[in-house]
Amino acid sequence: MASVELTNVRKVYAGAVEAVKGVDIAIKDGALCVLVGPSGCGKSTLLRMIAGLESITDGTVKIDNKVVNDLGPAERDIAMVFQNYALYPHMKVYDNMAYGLRNRGMPKDQIDKRVREAAATLELTHLLERRPKELSGGQRQRVAMGRAIVRNPKVFLFDEPLSNLDAKLRGQMRVEIKNLQRQLGVTSVYVTHDQLEAMTLADILVVMNAGAVEQIGAPLDIYEKPASTFVASFIGAPPMNLIPVTSDGSGLILKDGTRIGAQGLAVTDKDAIIGFRPEDLEVATGTESHVGGLLLDLKVLGVEPVGAESYVYGIIGGERVVVRVAGRSVSQPDDHLRVIIPKEKLHLFGGNGKRL
Amino acid sequence: MASSTRVTFPNKFLPYLLLAPQLAITIVFFYWPASQAIRQSVLREDPFGLSTQFVGLGNFKRILSDPNYLNSLQVTVVFSIATAVIAMGFALMFAVMADKVIRGKGIYRTLMIWPYAVAPAIAGMLWLFLFNPSMGTFAYMIRSAGYNWDPLLNSGQAMLLVVAAAAWKQISYNFLFFVAGLQSIPKSLIEAAAIDGAGETKRFWTIVFPLLAPTTFFLLVVNTVYAFFDTFGIIHAVTGGGPGKATETLVYKVYNDGFVNLILGDSAAQSVILMVIVIGLTAIQFRYVERKVHYG
Repeated sequence: MASVELTNVRKVYAGAVEAVKGVDIAIKDGALCVLVGPSGCGKSTLLRMIAGLESITDGTVKIDNKVVNDLGPAERDIAMVFQNYALYPHMKVYDNMAYGLRNRGMPKDQIDKRVREAAATLELTHLLERRPKELSGGQRQRVAMGRAIVRNPKVFLFDEPLSNLDAKLRGQMRVEIKNLQRQLGVTSVYVTHDQLEAMTLADILVVMNAGAVEQIGAPLDIYEKPASTFVASFIGAPPMNLIPVTSDGSGLILKDGTRIGAQGLAVTDKDAIIGFRPEDLEVATGTESHVGGLLLDLKVLGVEPVGAESYVYGIIGGERVVVRVAGRSVSQPDDHLRVIIPKEKLHLFGGNGKRL
Repeated sequence: MASSTRVTFPNKFLPYLLLAPQLAITIVFFYWPASQAIRQSVLREDPFGLSTQFVGLGNFKRILSDPNYLNSLQVTVVFSIATAVIAMGFALMFAVMADKVIRGKGIYRTLMIWPYAVAPAIAGMLWLFLFNPSMGTFAYMIRSAGYNWDPLLNSGQAMLLVVAAAAWKQISYNFLFFVAGLQSIPKSLIEAAAIDGAGETKRFWTIVFPLLAPTTFFLLVVNTVYAFFDTFGIIHAVTGGGPGKATETLVYKVYNDGFVNLILGDSAAQSVILMVIVIGLTAIQFRYVERKVHYG
């Protein structure tokens, strides 16, 4: 059990490529921290720096209040689950799980006990004598998990562990990982590019972009109050609609020249971006008040019914938007709708993309 | 892989036509000479080819009771094992070391591969000049170090020299395959083992070496065949089979008896035995050693 603390961690590769630019993250004991971001944002590099597989250019990494910068991966008491599982192909499942314990000189009977316990937890007992190539993707994933938990480490590190599984299995394993992590109470760092995985797993969510942290917080806080347009468009599916506007002091003007009422919206920047979640639009019936909200004209381009809900694609002020409607939508392409964005659902970003 | 999607040719003769060039080459350059050798091995012929006599297994009987032949068999065993072990051992070591180099990786590899391009006879001459007791640079250095170096008289040193030359030439080839083998081992496996608390040496012997087994096995077969057949040029250039018959391998004796002494029947019988030995060795390697090989 341990906390993990990163202070101003930087990674500069030869050739002066700054992969990680001064990251501060504090993870409480037992929490599951998810690093999420597009590929190349430095999240995997950061994880590998915590693991000790990548050197730390600057800053400190603390595990259990101890600086581990100069310790090798074996001495940090961590376990890692790799994207490709990294199971030893020439060893049976049992030996895969026992390998780390044997290297640490644990007595045989204890190894046996631990491996069998971990195998029972993960329902792997009947597979212990098999080799990795005789297992399905989901089973291999479990073995990789088993190899991590059998060591009983201070910290679990997950490097996109579910991205090689099919969608159905991924959902299932996601729940299992969450439960297992809760049950064992081991501090974990989990890297993914899948925002759904990030939202559902995280106790603390770290959104990264281009080597820097964009926002840290509880998943729903981030969803409700994204700190920047990047976070707004990365978290949530479909992503938040973002419409660039200009302000002339008396109101907001859309790209196509439409002037929209913006009572109570304090926009001082000349350029700004208004954002709203696809589920936050209401179709105006003409009677409701929209004080402080925005009343906009939406031209429907197409409708995608996916069962429980429908996505209506349209254009507002020259920008493409998507609206999530419960059940079936009656809209047809080329329909014109009057829609309202309630004031409390409206997100405002400055011209630089930061939340106002 | 998708084994169910098999291409079938509607034309019945096309497959045979496509195979024909390969088959023709194999027949002309392997089966024909091999069958000639088998025919020769049961005949006795005078050096001028004027009279030929069928002697059955007579040639074989005489060879197998000839102490010179048994000596050459022993020489071959020692030479082959030493050459294969040294060539593979050094190649593996170099490959592991080259794998760690980050800058100038390509240059190292290219330099390591060069000796393979040297023809066997040239390689032999090179070693001969370097270690010749009267004019060799290294021989001079060895002797000034107080060691009595004379491969022209000392059979052990002669063997050492041909083994070194033969192994030196094969190291490059083995190196190339070991480098490729090392590259095919996913980095994450090594990292996982590092996290699992295995030090570098332990990682090598418990993860890397077992995963290299397919490469090692392939090279074992290739090196054995190399040591048996392809080292003729080196032995011919360095020692000529001497001193005495200390470095006369089976292949060298086949050549000596057939083309120098012109005892064609004996030579043919020897090459038939050689063929059987190599087929047997390869079969054993595939049957027993390959079982322990894990293909990833």
